[in-house]
Amino acid sequence: MGGILLALAAAIGVYVSGFPGMPGQRYGAALFPGMIAAGLAVCGALLLARGLREKTPPFEFASWTREGSLAANFALVCGALLFYILASETLGFMVTGTLLLLALFLKLGVRLSVSVAVAPIAALVIHLLFYKLLKVPLPWGILTFMAGW
Amino acid sequence: MAEIATAFGLVFQPYVLSVILMSAAFGLIVGAIPGLTATMATALLVPVTFFMPPVPAIASIVTATAMAIFSGDIPGALMRIPGTPASAAYTDESYAMTRKGHAETVLGADLVFSVIGGLFGTTVLVLSAPSLAEIALKFSSFEYFWLVLLGLSSAVMITVGDSLKGMVSLLLGLLISSIGLDNPAAYPRFTFGSIELLGSVGLIPMMIGMFAVSEILRYAVAQQGEARSFKKQIGNVFKGMWGLFKRYPLQTLRGSILGTAIGALPGAGADIAAWMSYAMSKKFSKEPEKFGTGHIEGIVESGAANNSALAGSWIPALVFGIPGDSITAIVIGVLYIKGMNPGPTIFINNPANIYAVFIVFFLANLLMIPFGWAAIKAAKRILDIPRNILMPIILLFCVVGSFAINNSLFAVTVILVFGLGGYFMEENGYPVAPAILGMILGTMLEEHFISSMIKSDGRLMGFFERPIAAGLGVLTLIIWLWPLLVWLWRAGGRSAPRK
Repeated sequence: MGGILLALAAAIGVYVSGFPGMPGQRYGAALFPGMIAAGLAVCGALLLARGLREKTPPFEFASWTREGSLAANFALVCGALLFYILASETLGFMVTGTLLLLALFLKLGVRLSVSVAVAPIAALVIHLLFYKLLKVPLPWGILTFMAGW
Repeated sequence: MAEIATAFGLVFQPYVLSVILMSAAFGLIVGAIPGLTATMATALLVPVTFFMPPVPAIASIVTATAMAIFSGDIPGALMRIPGTPASAAYTDESYAMTRKGHAETVLGADLVFSVIGGLFGTTVLVLSAPSLAEIALKFSSFEYFWLVLLGLSSAVMITVGDSLKGMVSLLLGLLISSIGLDNPAAYPRFTFGSIELLGSVGLIPMMIGMFAVSEILRYAVAQQGEARSFKKQIGNVFKGMWGLFKRYPLQTLRGSILGTAIGALPGAGADIAAWMSYAMSKKFSKEPEKFGTGHIEGIVESGAANNSALAGSWIPALVFGIPGDSITAIVIGVLYIKGMNPGPTIFINNPANIYAVFIVFFLANLLMIPFGWAAIKAAKRILDIPRNILMPIILLFCVVGSFAINNSLFAVTVILVFGLGGYFMEENGYPVAPAILGMILGTMLEEHFISSMIKSDGRLMGFFERPIAAGLGVLTLIIWLWPLLVWLWRAGGRSAPRK
């Protein structure tokens, strides 16, 4: 962790040194991030020193990473968000939302019949709340033909 | 006076009142469900309040958080699982009382002393904020620079176990705040050619990520057994409360004062207030041996403390724009969106709105009595809501909520990144609060720092030439040097010859 911070600090240092100064002023855009980088470097060095002194392993994996099902839960939550980012424009909110909920419900052990019933209803309620009440332009996607209803 | 009348007019409208009632129910349910926190309630409310006028928007947050902090006590007493982190300090104690058959007394005390603490904190807020604002009007960039630095330092040094990790968290937050065009030189930093990053990372999606998505991740990897359900019917919770109040007046007052003070301290909120005041209650109690076996004294004191902290944290938020806890950190974002920029001038430009906020605070705490009673009665139902259905729906809500802020999918990427970031930070002992403060105060800190440097022409002594600035500066330096002093003192004590 300390090593990563040191590397990050160095990268920021190099990056901000390319910033132009404010005309007529001595203190420009580079000063503040430069100070942050210096601070990160100090903390990184201290963490590194502490890690070496206490001989702790650089990374400890939480116990869930060894349990397949829980690790899969974790991946699924992240995957669900990625899926939404990639698919919502084309599929539309209601389809994407329903699929997202369905996948998570089933993985978390909700009964199939309940999942199939709740997922589309929940997506519809959220859609109505934000689209109708709050006027958020959620994408319709493949259901565009319904937009006029 | 006219402003106060206007303020009453702003609050007592059917629309605002119905928003308050709905937020009260929402806050109670969120608080009572373990794994959903008061901060998460706020983060989830923001996209909805985004479309409201300022007063109902703020009212909904005030009401929901006050209710959530109280109702977090309910599962603590009934199932030994705190509903929010603010109840964790006395969960064991409350559960011990329930097992002894005193569930009514615990829940009643939770409710009544939450209300008392909340009202006390609100009174302090109302009395102190305007006069502090008058002082703050005279502040220049030097004073603000020190004040912000003082707030950030206290967040790192006082409230966090491992100050080195707190420091790293703070610096990362400051780094994120420097992304984008929003800096004194208006030069695009760390944007890597991305248009979205020019406007810096949105505060609200970051908060939704760090407080809601990270909680969902934590739920997803927890070894679950579904919560045990609770069968017992609960009787009259108000019985014996007057007796408790007469027996522990000092404890109630002490908890409320400590809570308000901790709340006002940047970076520390209701949960730390509860821990500290529980510890204090035990230390000063006449019967410390009873603590932990189902003794009401500590519950009275820390139950009052966590609710008063909620109001206390608004003092620096409104007067200086420095959040007192993670909830007001979100509130400050909302205030900016609503054009009620926090700072001393808010009391001059927007007095009616501020008085309206004060009125809502009182109203929310008074409403807690009937609503809290109803929540206790409905506790079994709330606790039976299956969380494996709730959590995915909340995730979808987070997605839509962050999208709604400026209708861009970039915000969804932000909640994913910050959700993961927040989760891994907490897992590895890096506190999240300093990072949040850094993100919010970074811009302010840099602005005041650069303009102070320009004014004093680069002389650091210029930062100590005005009396208040000098005082704040010295205080900040003391906080920074404190660990060193303690270390030196200990080292000196060890090497001294022993008799």
